[in-house]
Amino acid sequence: MVDITTELSGLKLSNPVIPASGTFGYGEEFAELYDLNILGSISIKGTTKDSRYGNELPRIAECTSGLINSVGLQNPGINHVIQEELPRLQKIFHKPVIANISGFSVSDYVYCAERINAAPNVGIIEVNVSCPNVHGGGIAFGTSCENVAEVTREVKKVTSKPVYIKLTPNVTDIVKIAQAAESAGADGLSLINTLLGMRINIKTRRPVIANKVGGFSGPAVFPVALRMVYQVSKEVNIPVIGIGGISSAEDVIEMMMAGASAVQVGSANLVEPLACKNIIDELPRVCERLGIEKISEIIGIID
Amino acid sequence: MREIIFTVKNNEQLAQNIFQITLEGDTSEIATPGQFVNIKLPDKYLRRPFSVCDWSENELTIIYKVVGSGTETMREFRGGEKISALTGLGNGYDLSATSQNPVLVGGGVGVPPLYGLAKKLLAKNITSSVILGFNRSEECFYVNEFQKLGLNVKITTLDGSAGIKGFVTDALTGDEYVYACGPLPMLKAVHEKVLDGQFSFESRMGCGFGACMGCSIRTKDGFKRICKDGPILKHSEILWSVE
Ligand SMILES: Cc1cc2nc3c(=O)[nH]c(=O)nc-3n(C[C@H](O)[C@H](O)[C@H](O)COP(=O)(O)OP(=O)(O)OC[C@H]3O[C@@H](n4cnc5c(N)ncnc54)[C@H](O)[C@@H]3O)c2cc1C
Ligand SMILES: Cc1cc2nc3c(=O)[nH]c(=O)nc-3n(C[C@H](O)[C@H](O)[C@H](O)COP(=O)(O)O)c2cc1C
Ligand code: FES
Repeated sequence: MVDITTELSGLKLSNPVIPASGTFGYGEEFAELYDLNILGSISIKGTTKDSRYGNELPRIAECTSGLINSVGLQNPGINHVIQEELPRLQKIFHKPVIANISGFSVSDYVYCAERINAAPNVGIIEVNVSCPNVHGGGIAFGTSCENVAEVTREVKKVTSKPVYIKLTPNVTDIVKIAQAAESAGADGLSLINTLLGMRINIKTRRPVIANKVGGFSGPAVFPVALRMVYQVSKEVNIPVIGIGGISSAEDVIEMMMAGASAVQVGSANLVEPLACKNIIDELPRVCERLGIEKISEIIGIID
Repeated sequence: MREIIFTVKNNEQLAQNIFQITLEGDTSEIATPGQFVNIKLPDKYLRRPFSVCDWSENELTIIYKVVGSGTETMREFRGGEKISALTGLGNGYDLSATSQNPVLVGGGVGVPPLYGLAKKLLAKNITSSVILGFNRSEECFYVNEFQKLGLNVKITTLDGSAGIKGFVTDALTGDEYVYACGPLPMLKAVHEKVLDGQFSFESRMGCGFGACMGCSIRTKDGFKRICKDGPILKHSEILWSVE
């Protein structure tokens, strides 16, 4: 029997596979297809202080081995998530979930973290720092060490739960940002969020998506994500959740060898709704074939 | 929703750039006309959504127009090939909320779901009349199929090469209960002319089953995902612009 269990800041996971924020809603659609309790955990759709419609349509563009999205954080707002979505999810998923939060000011993040801290089925708070800071000149929180450190510090003050900072890859040196989060008290890191991308319809001579640019994800970004997980995990002493392009059990193993303690599967859920289930079913078989008896032993084995 | 592996039975041309694929496989998830399937194509990352035109216990047909690289590859599908499709997607038309003689209004590749709808309405002893709008005669399809159901069919073409010259709205009085499917400008014109009915919308989709928020629009009843809360919206909830 292969041991595929892993751990994130004291939270024991039956396996390392977690659906990524924004690609799994609140689980409802997938629960029609399989028992969600086979999942290691679930990262819920990014939640903001107030409900948001998000960006105008079209929000989606096809790419080679991936897609661009500019959903723009459409969500019903933190209070609705706490009162409706989390209790509903708890009925179909009996393990702790990862609450992904977003904001446009430090106080937004603090507001969300403080409230979601009280939700019984939240095991980890995942802070998405890819949003623009409206008080900081509009540049994304996640592109400045100072901003990341400040958000981390302030969120840590209002919650007793492990805080994971979800890093954007759209920076010159992701290791520096990761270290800033660690020094400010982050319990772990999630990486990567989407890469900024663009498509143009050459017939109409207009960008495919209304927002012109959006976040690129899917199998095409896997090597970039893997490289970043590798570089970051070498330089920090907190667990890393590897995210980006994962679509198979082999990808999970590769990401863990690069340094990830667990992984999140995003875009794959959209095109293959059984993706997480298939990966979890395959994982023990692939481990066995590769002579891996305990999956946690391969975490970060690459020098 | 379910993922089904279908077998292509045939793939034939109906009109200029318009093709019909018949797929064999489990259709039990399809509950009502106006629902759609999301098809995996070779070498494409995102699936492609198509309305179910007609279905029986072990067979379904879709009609597609070649408009881009994905639909271009669909022409290559040959009998015997396997295709993965997510089925039973979308709310579909509500057959209980209708008048005794509704009008089905279709434009271009908005016509297909109305065929399944016409049949299901007949099964409930409701005889609809049909208005089909095309650009020109070479693009007309399924006129005979509707006529064979014994329905009164009116054609409109923009250039007058078949039927009435003009728009589908030229064949409407405004008092009808409509079931509409077609391009956005057509839906809007029909919506303005009539007082009640159901309208089928399109959007670029990330998933097609409600998980990504890639297709959400504003309605009078709040945000709705075209793929899951739609694609059919009621006349009263449609919002054309932010007010
Ligand atoms: C609910 C629904 C039902 C549909 N039913 C039919 C049908 O019965 N027959 C038919 O011919 N077409 C139908 N369409 C439109 C059809 O999905 C697109 O024409 C098709 O996806 C184009 O793919 P492509 O790769 O050839 O085009 P490309 O432009 O190369 O596609 C690029 C991307 O844009 C998306 N896209 C392009 N055009 C559309 C569009 N009009 N609507 C939604 N997504 C689009 C594609 O899915 C793909 O992700 C339907 C769309 C929706 C949303
Ligand atoms: C449609 C869509 C919506 C997303 N929404 C969020 C979000 O709300 N919060 C967040 O932190 N990441 C969001 N992401 C990013 C994913 O969680 C993930 O980090 C990224 O897509 C890379 O993984 P993948 O290649 O497996 O998709 C979203 C991604 C997609 C495709
Ligand atoms: S396409 Fe994903 S929610 Fe509609």
